[in-house]
Amino acid sequence: MKFLRDKIDQIKKPFGKGEKFEKFAPAINALDTFLYVPNHTTHKGAHIRDAVDLKRTMITVILALVPALIFGMYNAGLQHFSQIEGSDMTFMPLFLFGLWKILPMIIVSYGVGLAIEFVFAIYRGHEVNEGYLVTGLLIPMIMPIDLPLWMLALSVVFAVVIGKEAFGGTGMNILNPALVARAFAFFAYPTFMSGDKVWVADATTVDGISGETILGKLAAGKEVGYNTMDMFGGYIPGSVAETSTLWILVGAAILIITGVASWRIIVSGFIGAAIMALGFEAWGANALMNFGLNHLVVGGLAFGVVFMATDPVSGAQTNTGKVIYGFLIGVFGILIRVFNPAYPEGIMLAILLLNVFAPTIDHYVIQSNVNRRKKRAAVNQLKTV
Amino acid sequence: MSKDIRIKKGLDLKLKGNAEKLVSVVSRSKVYAINPSDFHGMTPKMVVKEGVKVKAGEIIFYSKNDESVKFVSPVSGTIQEITRGDKRVILQILITADSQDIHLEHSKKNPKDLTSQEVKEQLLASGCWPFINQRPYDVIANSADTPKAIFVSAFASAPLAADVDFVLENKTEAFQAGIDALAKLTSGKVHLSVKGKGKAAIENVSGASIHKVYGPHPAGNVGVQISKIDPINAGDRVWTVAPQDVAIIGEFFLTGKFNASKTIALSGSEVKDPQYYTIISGAQINDLVDGKIKGDNVRIISGDIFTGNKVAYKGFLGFYSNTVTVIPEGDQYRMFGWMPFASPSIHSAQRTGLSWLMPGKKYAPNTNLNGEERALVVTGEMENVMPLDIYPMQLLKACIANDIDKMENLGIYEVAPEDFALIDYTNTSKLEAQVIIRKALNLMIKEVG
Repeated sequence: MKFLRDKIDQIKKPFGKGEKFEKFAPAINALDTFLYVPNHTTHKGAHIRDAVDLKRTMITVILALVPALIFGMYNAGLQHFSQIEGSDMTFMPLFLFGLWKILPMIIVSYGVGLAIEFVFAIYRGHEVNEGYLVTGLLIPMIMPIDLPLWMLALSVVFAVVIGKEAFGGTGMNILNPALVARAFAFFAYPTFMSGDKVWVADATTVDGISGETILGKLAAGKEVGYNTMDMFGGYIPGSVAETSTLWILVGAAILIITGVASWRIIVSGFIGAAIMALGFEAWGANALMNFGLNHLVVGGLAFGVVFMATDPVSGAQTNTGKVIYGFLIGVFGILIRVFNPAYPEGIMLAILLLNVFAPTIDHYVIQSNVNRRKKRAAVNQLKTV
Repeated sequence: MSKDIRIKKGLDLKLKGNAEKLVSVVSRSKVYAINPSDFHGMTPKMVVKEGVKVKAGEIIFYSKNDESVKFVSPVSGTIQEITRGDKRVILQILITADSQDIHLEHSKKNPKDLTSQEVKEQLLASGCWPFINQRPYDVIANSADTPKAIFVSAFASAPLAADVDFVLENKTEAFQAGIDALAKLTSGKVHLSVKGKGKAAIENVSGASIHKVYGPHPAGNVGVQISKIDPINAGDRVWTVAPQDVAIIGEFFLTGKFNASKTIALSGSEVKDPQYYTIISGAQINDLVDGKIKGDNVRIISGDIFTGNKVAYKGFLGFYSNTVTVIPEGDQYRMFGWMPFASPSIHSAQRTGLSWLMPGKKYAPNTNLNGEERALVVTGEMENVMPLDIYPMQLLKACIANDIDKMENLGIYEVAPEDFALIDYTNTSKLEAQVIIRKALNLMIKEVG
């Protein structure tokens, strides 16, 4: 181990202070700190520090994404081959087909995004933040499987540059960068982001069973054709890793147990959606309304509430604010689904909308604390007069 | 009258190297020092010159902003050197100690018989005044003020800190006299908080309102107790005094002498047989730690592990320190240390480590930052260790932005840097919260006063 450390220190030498490549230090540091937690010690403040750092937190999110991602790869194969009459395959070949399709998307997303992050880190002279490790995986997971890679790359560029760096970088962005990427693709290339040909790999080349999403079918007034357990398990067409509520909930459990994501947002998000879905079912004016609690297991709702809404930077930051914010995401998600046939999936827009309103929610929550303080001071003044 | 205070939010860190309840006397140092930097925002004005002989308790310098606040020599001896830095700022005053102390004698008085003005004059003249601190701002109290209340926290909840009950065991008489003196200074009450569990001797003190405090660190922080007893509002002034300093004040009234000796804990994982020592304030550290340190690469902290100052081996014991902590320096790299659940030997308050599964485990942390500074991303973690009714992250951001209105609204008057020590420790982004709060308080002193 000592040998490796010495070797790295030797490589890093020209990047040191006052050396030739000092400007590029953030890039080399990012690679080094991936191998080793650095030897920095405390100088001011508390003399000891917790073992946690942002890398550990971010990697935990990635671990939580893995179950849904693996299922997404399997499901990509399943959906593709189920179109072809008579094909009956086991897990492995289906998974490998999905891997073959999805891995390039992940590589493109990380490659393009991290390159931009490195450039900005060098330009601004700060260390590379780990936030993109999660964003970079989220982006391919919420795209249709057949999205051309160049469109994916362009979405990533838009999300990182306009969605994040323009606001000042990690920790400063208002909108969830991964959803910015999806929204960009959605509005820039609508034909690749909706309809009945994009959700199943190579659907255009196969004439057969329709590859529409459940919500697409409902909006078009067609039969759903799946039972609730199929939908909960995720054996349905949809974005790469959004289909399986089951495996998303496994991820949610990881996030909640480790405390990385706010259970307040996740729980209140599902509650908000459930109340809205039940309310519409009671109204029952069309198929989308009659869908009831099934809304909770289709489309991007589970994935959005668990992995997107819980982004701490773009979400509400106070504990009370988180409950309100999550609840409203659930409410608006279902509302948009039901009332806006142009966008059969409402979660993306609901989260982006609430991202914008999160600071306002927090403002009012904090204002109540401020008012309490002012009131206490006023009462005190009366006493002394 | 006893009122219970129960704190839920916080963190009790279990560390190796707790001091055993034994007291030894540290041999007299050759040189003692006063560091003006121990007193935030105070600019010293020298009274004595190099080479002058002083008695213990004789004035060395006074505060430029409040000339009645005097600082005295802890020992009798000769002023050896006045070290100055840039712009002739006084960094340190070194005093070569005589072999025995000759004290400057004041007359003995019972504080109960004195008027408030007389008590104040005695405290100012004796050099005891700097023990009295003021909230807001956590600086030495202004001698012209009359505080709304005075708070004494006799509960040291920080890890490895000196146990107050033990330290005051034989000083109850002096402590009572100190409380009597403080009671003269406020229009309100003197509040004394004690550890909820067990029964301490000082609970029998009269003239103070006693509060029993339960809960994890920072329950012992006086600021946390103030917020539960009688919160500070804009414009309020309250004073705080550390328990052992109350006893020094009391002893001054009983004997007429300023006695700067105190009982401190020498603790930490790098100390052989950690225990308590009697030592005079300003003593040289090596006289305390010689032969008692295990490793060669250690950090010596004058104060507790969260809020103390790093001192050199040849450095000096701080004016307010009741603990000296010695822990290993951490300058090692840790391969893949960022993996969740990696390095179980390092404590983590988050559940991405394994510590929450091993609640009884004792740790021996080093000074490694365990990561690098990052943008503020994670939310909600600061609130878990902040028992005050404030929004810590929002307040810190207001402080970073120097936004005075916002800082006022979010409760800057109620906090001291020590209240943010656990945030220093636990936050994922490795933010220096205590430094930010100290800077903000200094700004408030300048702008608002």
